[in-house]
Amino acid sequence: MSLKLSLHTKPDVPLEADVICPDKLNGVNETAIAALTVFHGNDQTALGDFFTVKGQCDGEIQLEGDLANVKHLGSEMTIGKMIIEGDVGQHLGACMSGGEIVVEGNAHDWVAPEMTGGKITIKGNAGHLIGSAYRGSPIGMQGGEIIIHGDVKNETGNTMRGGLIAIGGNTGDFTGVNMLAGTIIVLGEMGIRNGASMKRGTIISMHHAPMIPTFSYVCTYNPTYLRMYLSYIRKLGMEVSDEQINGNYKRWIGDAIELNKGEILLYANE
Amino acid sequence: MLIKLSGGTVYDPVHGINGEKRDIYLQDGYITRKPASSIKIDKTYDLNGKIIMAGAIDIHTHIGGGKVNIARMMLPEDHRADLVSKTKLTRSGCGHAAPSTLTAGYRYAEMGYTACFEPAMLPSNARQAHMEMADTPMVDKGAYAMLGSDDFFLRMLTAKKDREAISDYVGWIINATQAIAIKVVNPGGINAFKFNQRKLDLDEQNEHYGVSPREIIKSLARAVRELGVPHPLHLHGCNLGVPGNMHTTLDTIRAVEGMPLHLTHVQFHSYGTEGDRKFSSGAAEIAEAVNSNPNISIDVGQVLFGQTVTASGDTMRQYAGHWHAHPKKWVIMDIECDAGCGVVPFKYRDKNFVNALQWAIGLELFLLINDPWRIFLTTDHPNGAPFTSYPHLIRLLMDRSFRNDMLATINKGAAAASILSSIDREYTLYEIATMTRAAPARSLGLKNRGHLGGGAIADITVYNNIKNKEKMFEKPLYVFKNGEEIVKNGKIVKVVTGGTHTLRPDYDKSIEKSLKKYFDRYMTVKLGNFKIDDDEIVEHGNGNIIVQPCT
Ligand SMILES: [Zn+2]
Repeated sequence: MSLKLSLHTKPDVPLEADVICPDKLNGVNETAIAALTVFHGNDQTALGDFFTVKGQCDGEIQLEGDLANVKHLGSEMTIGKMIIEGDVGQHLGACMSGGEIVVEGNAHDWVAPEMTGGKITIKGNAGHLIGSAYRGSPIGMQGGEIIIHGDVKNETGNTMRGGLIAIGGNTGDFTGVNMLAGTIIVLGEMGIRNGASMKRGTIISMHHAPMIPTFSYVCTYNPTYLRMYLSYIRKLGMEVSDEQINGNYKRWIGDAIELNKGEILLYANE
Repeated sequence: MLIKLSGGTVYDPVHGINGEKRDIYLQDGYITRKPASSIKIDKTYDLNGKIIMAGAIDIHTHIGGGKVNIARMMLPEDHRADLVSKTKLTRSGCGHAAPSTLTAGYRYAEMGYTACFEPAMLPSNARQAHMEMADTPMVDKGAYAMLGSDDFFLRMLTAKKDREAISDYVGWIINATQAIAIKVVNPGGINAFKFNQRKLDLDEQNEHYGVSPREIIKSLARAVRELGVPHPLHLHGCNLGVPGNMHTTLDTIRAVEGMPLHLTHVQFHSYGTEGDRKFSSGAAEIAEAVNSNPNISIDVGQVLFGQTVTASGDTMRQYAGHWHAHPKKWVIMDIECDAGCGVVPFKYRDKNFVNALQWAIGLELFLLINDPWRIFLTTDHPNGAPFTSYPHLIRLLMDRSFRNDMLATINKGAAAASILSSIDREYTLYEIATMTRAAPARSLGLKNRGHLGGGAIADITVYNNIKNKEKMFEKPLYVFKNGEEIVKNGKIVKVVTGGTHTLRPDYDKSIEKSLKKYFDRYMTVKLGNFKIDDDEIVEHGNGNIIVQPCT
């Protein structure tokens, strides 16, 4: 049976709960889990002060309640699955390298910073800096998948070097800023300054987007590999039309102040 | 409260006490003479067999100001790898090469240090530097204002302003920025970098202003002396890190014509061009020049192996060094009309010829310079290594066989190129006490610090007498700050704030007329806002201001 953690007391300030992760809870009994340390602001408290613990983790953890102020869930996760019924706080799945996290509600900023593997699905919206590098780090997300059905805010995939980020809704500004490699698909609209300072990598959008002057238009074409990506995310429940799968895309390259080997593909039959 | 430190072995070079058994009495934060036998002693520490020295003083450590914060922001890996939890007494922090302010203060105190001086405070960054220093607990602080690449000063030189006017400006800067000394970094070179010059030797001209580093050094050294600033001009010379720069350093020593001058992190300025790799040690020649010029003092800027970050005002040389950044990221930044800064993370490797020879050159300097009153123990934290490596460095100086063991592990070519194995000298505890306490206090003009005589502030460190000097110096038995026990067995037992040392030299206030015009025309802040009030430093409950006298 799986482990169920239900929030019984809403934290007043962010609760740092990086212990909630299959790697750390597998096989641990209820009493021991309830005694694990979490930080409520700068107060060291027990997990049981906030959560009702039921069952035992056999690789899967279910979380219930308004977790919008609960941070670092699934940090450094390598295996297993976490299912979060409501909203979730910052730094979800930070540095995770395996396993899967599903969020039924919305997620805050910093979803899966510096992720190297595994998969995160957010059914609602998410905040800033999805799959990004922490400030000062040279490399952000390196592998894995982040699938967000709703909208996100700024700096999606900041300094990303690998993996896939797919956004069902719109993104804010600076999508793919400093990108080194990897793929970002935005089915909605993107904000401004997309791909600024990108070296390599691909940003795809189904809508027209303002381009910064250091990007140049190359051609309009029908990239075969894109069909596989789009079919894949359609299978995950995202809204992709046959026209988009088979359609033409305008290819821009940049950022010319860097390597000029990044690309932004904009759906041409809009 | 009268405290007796009973029966310890005292090293107090100011009073010529070299390992003698003495009792020391503390009252109200000061060291007092032996009280009359009728007076009750409130607390006695039995320190038989323990070593007693004044609290240590770091004359050159980058603990505040813009560049340190850039290093912190740029290096999340430095923080992740070194997390410090809060305790009942101390707050949390992190960082190895660029620790957070609180952590830096705790670590210094736990190592027996009671005062630390930030050597590169840009006047326009002074507020930030003072706030960070005020946030650094446990130790006293102070900062050197950086001049020499600022447009106002260079304009004065170009306009051939008289020396009084220049002194007035320097005096105004010390007062306005709450500094205790004057630093110059790559004289005129940071400014020249902005005009696309990529090197500037002692007699080369800054193309825009038409002045040379030699003129800048002489002018500032003179102003510092005329204002009665106790600490000589603190010079980070031209050509840092450039093979062959030992000749520039020797020329610089001659250039000041006998005026007092402090050459900082001189290890980085003691390179020759001999050998297959055109990189060799100039330590012997530099040491000889220091030994024969009593107006010169130095600190070494020892390199120790491992990951660190270099943070310097020297944009010109940091830009040249950015190719070697590890991890690969760097910042070069312009700062108003003052100067700039460069932050480049770096890993010194013992198997790398150049790094290993740098290590050896630093040690050669320590061992070949005779007078411990004119050489200070520094790693130029964090440029050569983090300050937490001082105990290791002390062991290298005090323990010849340990030093030779270490020498056997470094790059073979570098070991062979160094004369280190032929040097027998081992520092004594008395010399260590001189170099880390008495001498920096005297050089900075801190009259009642760095010694254990009556009337001195009771900043005292007590060590266990252990043969392994690294173990001994990394974990003092007790540290007293202003007479209070703050560290026991290398752990904080009381958190204190420490004060800020400043200087208030006299100058002609009419200099503000031309300064105001300049500020209104060129600067982003108004003259009035540029100056830092005492209240700003004291305001947050972070200690007090200690005004040191001019000479
Ligand atoms: Zn320095």
